[in-house]
Amino acid sequence: MEETSNLTVSPAPHIRGPESISEIMRSVIIALLPATLFGVYYFGLHALLLVASCVISAILTEAVWEKIRGTSGSTLDGSAALTGLLVALVVPGGLPIWMGILGSIVSISLGKQIFGGLGFNFFNPALVGRAFLMASFPKAMTTWDWEAMAFDWKVFELTSGATPLASQAEFSWTGSGLNYVDLFLGKIGGCIGETSVAALVIGFLYLLYKGYADWRIPTAYLGSVALLTTVLGSRGPIFHLLAGGVVIGALFMATDMVTTPVTKNGRWIFGLGCGFLTVLIRIYGGYPEGTSYAILLMNMFVPLIDQYTLPQVYGEVKANG
Amino acid sequence: MEAKTFQQGIHPHYNKELTNQKPLHRAEDPEEVLIPIQQHIGAPAQLIVEVGDEVAVGEKIAEAGGFVSANIHSSVAGEVTAIEEKNEQVVVKIKNDGSTKQKTNLEAHDSLADVTSSDIRDIIQEAGIVGLGGATFPSHVKVSIPEDKNVDTVILNGAECEPYLTIDHRMMVEMAEKVLFGLEAIMKAADAQKGYIGIEVNKPDAIEKMREITSDQSNIEVVPLKVKYPQGGEKQLIESVLEKEVPSGGLPLDIGVVVNNIGTAVAITEAITEGKNLFERAVTVTGAVNNPQNLIAKVGTPIEELIEQCDGFKGQPGKVIMGGPMTGKAQNRLDNPITKGTSGILVLDEEETKDYSEAGPCIRCANCVDVCPINLVPTRLVNLVKEDMIEEAEEDGLMDCIECGSCSYVCPSNIELVQRIKLGKEKLRAKKREQ
Repeated sequence: MEETSNLTVSPAPHIRGPESISEIMRSVIIALLPATLFGVYYFGLHALLLVASCVISAILTEAVWEKIRGTSGSTLDGSAALTGLLVALVVPGGLPIWMGILGSIVSISLGKQIFGGLGFNFFNPALVGRAFLMASFPKAMTTWDWEAMAFDWKVFELTSGATPLASQAEFSWTGSGLNYVDLFLGKIGGCIGETSVAALVIGFLYLLYKGYADWRIPTAYLGSVALLTTVLGSRGPIFHLLAGGVVIGALFMATDMVTTPVTKNGRWIFGLGCGFLTVLIRIYGGYPEGTSYAILLMNMFVPLIDQYTLPQVYGEVKANG
Repeated sequence: MEAKTFQQGIHPHYNKELTNQKPLHRAEDPEEVLIPIQQHIGAPAQLIVEVGDEVAVGEKIAEAGGFVSANIHSSVAGEVTAIEEKNEQVVVKIKNDGSTKQKTNLEAHDSLADVTSSDIRDIIQEAGIVGLGGATFPSHVKVSIPEDKNVDTVILNGAECEPYLTIDHRMMVEMAEKVLFGLEAIMKAADAQKGYIGIEVNKPDAIEKMREITSDQSNIEVVPLKVKYPQGGEKQLIESVLEKEVPSGGLPLDIGVVVNNIGTAVAITEAITEGKNLFERAVTVTGAVNNPQNLIAKVGTPIEELIEQCDGFKGQPGKVIMGGPMTGKAQNRLDNPITKGTSGILVLDEEETKDYSEAGPCIRCANCVDVCPINLVPTRLVNLVKEDMIEEAEEDGLMDCIECGSCSYVCPSNIELVQRIKLGKEKLRAKKREQ
């Protein structure tokens, strides 16, 4: 028969699920839109410019690396755009644009491409970028430029330019007028994407619904933060959960597929480790915020965690026992 | 309906509505059959005919080459016109003279009371029956229980979890008596007291029919199963029905269980009650054909003849698969014959035939980990195999893989996980042979 020569012969399975890398990346970006929109609405035009330039510079950096390495396909798969977006969401709304661009370039280059590109990096690329910016421009990274904000919530007069976490030593919590509802909704100082816990949670629920996020890591992470801050008695769990970057960290950084464990038990351990380190850094460390370093530190343990948490293979016990 | 199930697994599109209400019917006999002498797991059969010999329908043309092997019978009457090599297989070409002259060494028995358990084993062996679900393991071996083992349970596999396939479904609806008789025969051969028929709940008519026919039998139970792939995997079926696990590296026999396919049970029934050797089988011909059907076709019928009987290709064919879409084999030629292991012929049109050869990087999404019904970490095994760390892969369960393909199905990067694991198993076996 004439068709014979045209038949495709390839290995089973001959049907595949609908998921693809770009579909996953697109979904995560969509999930971050509520937080991004809130950040832009709240921090103003400058924040929008910052987001746009971080995203574009991340994509361009990826393109340059692809050119150098002679690979193709990853520039527009959404992974670089996502990294750029995450960089923008974890810097202050008033950060100079060029710093944001530099952060994106470092994220893609030193956080991802230097290891071999998507799938081969050990550290969360966006957090590598943030760590670089924190080390290089500590002042800019902790200055909350209220002038740049579009809205003048009352709370800012009282917090006078510090984030709730950074200012926790300086004012009395109960008298500050800063309440949990404001913290949850995001009417507070902070980085572009981290202030509104509500927006982050909405986005994460969407990811859970799509099946592109793991619930174990956030549960372990936020659970251990709540537990430890209760035990260690420092301002209580609700404040620590709502303030700063722990929510964006737990929901969107500690769940980055590439840099977290693949085993289910591993995900629990990873989340617990992140929570533990975050609280240690926040309470006993020199930084008011511990999220990014906690996650970067735990990233290093991922191969080890995977190795020691391999699931029990079907039928294994009975064979040995 | 309350339904049992196993851990993890996937939910592909089942596409069974193409054929699940179409009764089985007999395919036209081909003018010529091509019968391979190895259609089973184990040693090849030894030819006992020569070019020029006249054979009858059901006549033995190759003798089992050992205990783990199976007899091969002619599916038509006529002259042996050639014995040749095709796809690295010896095949016997027989020209069909259209006569219905039959030959068998088996007698017909009216009831199970007329045969002993060793009779049943002998009949199965003589009839050349193998696992018709696709595994093609010789069935008489499965019911030859070693002295030190004790079987108490036989499970008939009516899950039919492979998408598109509907022959087991139709057999349960249309040949329920034969299915039940086959189950009782296997139970008698294995000296088992308890019988189960596991059926996915997407076949409510089959569940109803089998329940109806087994209602007065207290030792046989119909178990509805959740619709999930690979529900019909031997280990998964046991996990679902009995809530037991087969030991790693072991057989169902080790926990007193024998599992058989619906079609196998029917073949066993026909061998006992009609003295019929295994030379034809049910095949779902489906997908991109104009009139998808459930056919009973002679072993050795070329694929293209069955496709023609289904009114030809619908659109331009891209891939022709023997078996189901999850574990079937893509065919290079349309004159390849169907064998004892062919449960379906699935045609994917050009549009459905996707190119998966360009795999992306592993992004460690853990989809494969989350679906593996055996609890392996497929991406890790693949990396170990790639780095030639075969012993480490073995420690992590390489040989436990049941090759269901769920990992490849869910991989967003289209990495051929199951294929690379299969290659790893081959590598490991080769290494062990060397030692």
